[in-house]
Amino acid sequence: MSERPDGRKFDEMRPIEAKVGVIEQADGSAMFKIGKTIAIAGVYGPKQVHPKHLEDPEKAILRCYYDMYSFSVPERERPGPDRRSIELSMVIKNALLPAVFVKEYPKSQIEIFVSIIQADAGTRCAAISAASMALADAGIAMKDIVSSVAVGHVNNKVVVDLNKEEEDVEGTTDIPLAYMPRMKKITLLQLDGKMPKDKLREAIALGTKSCEKIYEVQKKALKDRYNTSGE
Amino acid sequence: MIVDGVNFKKYVMELSKKEKRVDGRGLLEYRKPIKIEYGVSKNAEGSATVTIGKTKVVCGVKLEIGEPYPDRPDEGTMIVTAEFAALASPEFEPGAPGEKSIELARIVDRGIRESGAIDVKKLCVKPGEKVWLAFIDIYVQNHDGNLIDASALAALAALMDAKFPKLKEDGTVDYKEHTNEKLPIVHKPIACTITKIGDKLFVDANVDEENVSDGRITITIDETGTINALQKGGMGGMTEEEINKCIEIAMEKTNELRKFIV
Repeated sequence: MSERPDGRKFDEMRPIEAKVGVIEQADGSAMFKIGKTIAIAGVYGPKQVHPKHLEDPEKAILRCYYDMYSFSVPERERPGPDRRSIELSMVIKNALLPAVFVKEYPKSQIEIFVSIIQADAGTRCAAISAASMALADAGIAMKDIVSSVAVGHVNNKVVVDLNKEEEDVEGTTDIPLAYMPRMKKITLLQLDGKMPKDKLREAIALGTKSCEKIYEVQKKALKDRYNTSGE
Repeated sequence: MIVDGVNFKKYVMELSKKEKRVDGRGLLEYRKPIKIEYGVSKNAEGSATVTIGKTKVVCGVKLEIGEPYPDRPDEGTMIVTAEFAALASPEFEPGAPGEKSIELARIVDRGIRESGAIDVKKLCVKPGEKVWLAFIDIYVQNHDGNLIDASALAALAALMDAKFPKLKEDGTVDYKEHTNEKLPIVHKPIACTITKIGDKLFVDANVDEENVSDGRITITIDETGTINALQKGGMGGMTEEEINKCIEIAMEKTNELRKFIV
C-alpha cells in the first residue's frame, strides 16, 4: 500500500541511472540521474593552485562549483551563482572532502564542477553522487565513494528520495544526506522542517540504507567505464 | 594535448598543403558524428543537445510573460545567453561570462533575430501590455572547438522543440502544463564558421586548430540562402577573395547542417 504521489513505496527511490566518462575534456566526469533529476560532474586536477595564496603545503584543496541550468526548473533561474548555489557548493565540497586522500596532493587543487541539467528535487544529492564518481574517474586517491540521497517526512511518513511534488507538500521535512558506505560515515546532513527525534532516527537509517543501494549503482558505472571502453 | 604551439601550427599548415588535417578530415569537412537530441531538459519549454565530434552544447528555451518594448508594442522579445560552464574545458574559468561567451551569445542572437526566425508578432498576448519573452540559454558541456556552429544549431533545435506553457486566466503562466502549440518558427538560420590557418580555410576547427588560427569568420544563412549575420572573429585579416570564398563554403555547409534539423 502506497500513499506517495507517484505510487512509490516509502523506502523506494526513483529509477537511477549512472554513467562515468561523459565529458571528454575533463580529467574525470560522471552523470547521475534519479527520477527526473539529472546532474553531470566534471573534475579537473590535481593541478596548480590559483590564486597561489590558497595553496596548502600539506594537502590539496578541493573547490566545488554547483550550478543549475537556467531552464532546469519550471521558473527560469538567472544563469550564474546565487546565495543558494554558493551554499550548496560548500556543503557538497564538505560532503566529498572526507573521502579524498588530500594529503596525497600537497600544494595542489582539485576542482569539481557540477551542473544540474534537469531538476525535480534532490539536486545537491545527485550532485554529490555524480561528483564522487567523477573524482574516482579522475584517478584521485579516495578512501570511499560518497553516495547521497534525501530522506524526509511527508504526510507523517518517513520516505526516501522526495520528488518536487512531495517536497512542496505543506509541512514536509527534507533531509539531504550523504554517506560513505564502506567507512559508514555520514558526510552531509541538513534538515529543513520539523521532525520528532524518533522519526529522525528512522529517516537517517533509511537514508544510509538507501545510500548503500546507490553505492552499488555507482560502483557498476565505474566498472562499466573501464570494461567497455577498451582503451 | 598540444604543448608546442609553434610546431603544431607548422604541422597543421604542412598537412593542409596536401588538403589534410590532424584528425584525418578534409579541410572542408565537419567532424562526425553530428547529432541533435531534442527534449533533453523537461522543465524547459524546448531543449536540445547538439554534438559535433566531441563538442557538446545544450540549449534550453524558457518562455515568460512580460512587457513589450515601447517601440514594438505588439511583438514578443528574445534574448540569447551563453555559459561557458567550467566543467566543459580546462580553458574555462568559473565566474561571470567572459568576452568569448558574450560574443558567442550575440552571434547566435543576431542570426535568430535578423533572420526573423521567431514570428515575434505571434508572441503578443495583449498589445502594449503582455507578450511572451523567449530566453534562449546555451550551456557548453564539452569544448572541443567550433562552439559557435554547435550553439547556433542547438538554439535553432531548441526553438523548434519549444511549446507554449499554459497561460492561466489571471495572466500568469502554469509551467506544469504545456500546450500543444509550438513556438512559431518561420526561418531557420544556421551558422558556419570558417577558420583560417596560414593561407588555408578550414571548417569546424577543433580546439587545437582554433588555438593556432589566424582568424575566423562566422556566416549565418537561412533556408532561403539569405545571409543574416556575419562575424569576423579572432586575430588576423582576410582578403576580399578569401571572404567571398568563405561565403561559398558557408552556403554549401549550412545546407549540409540543415539536413540534421527535422
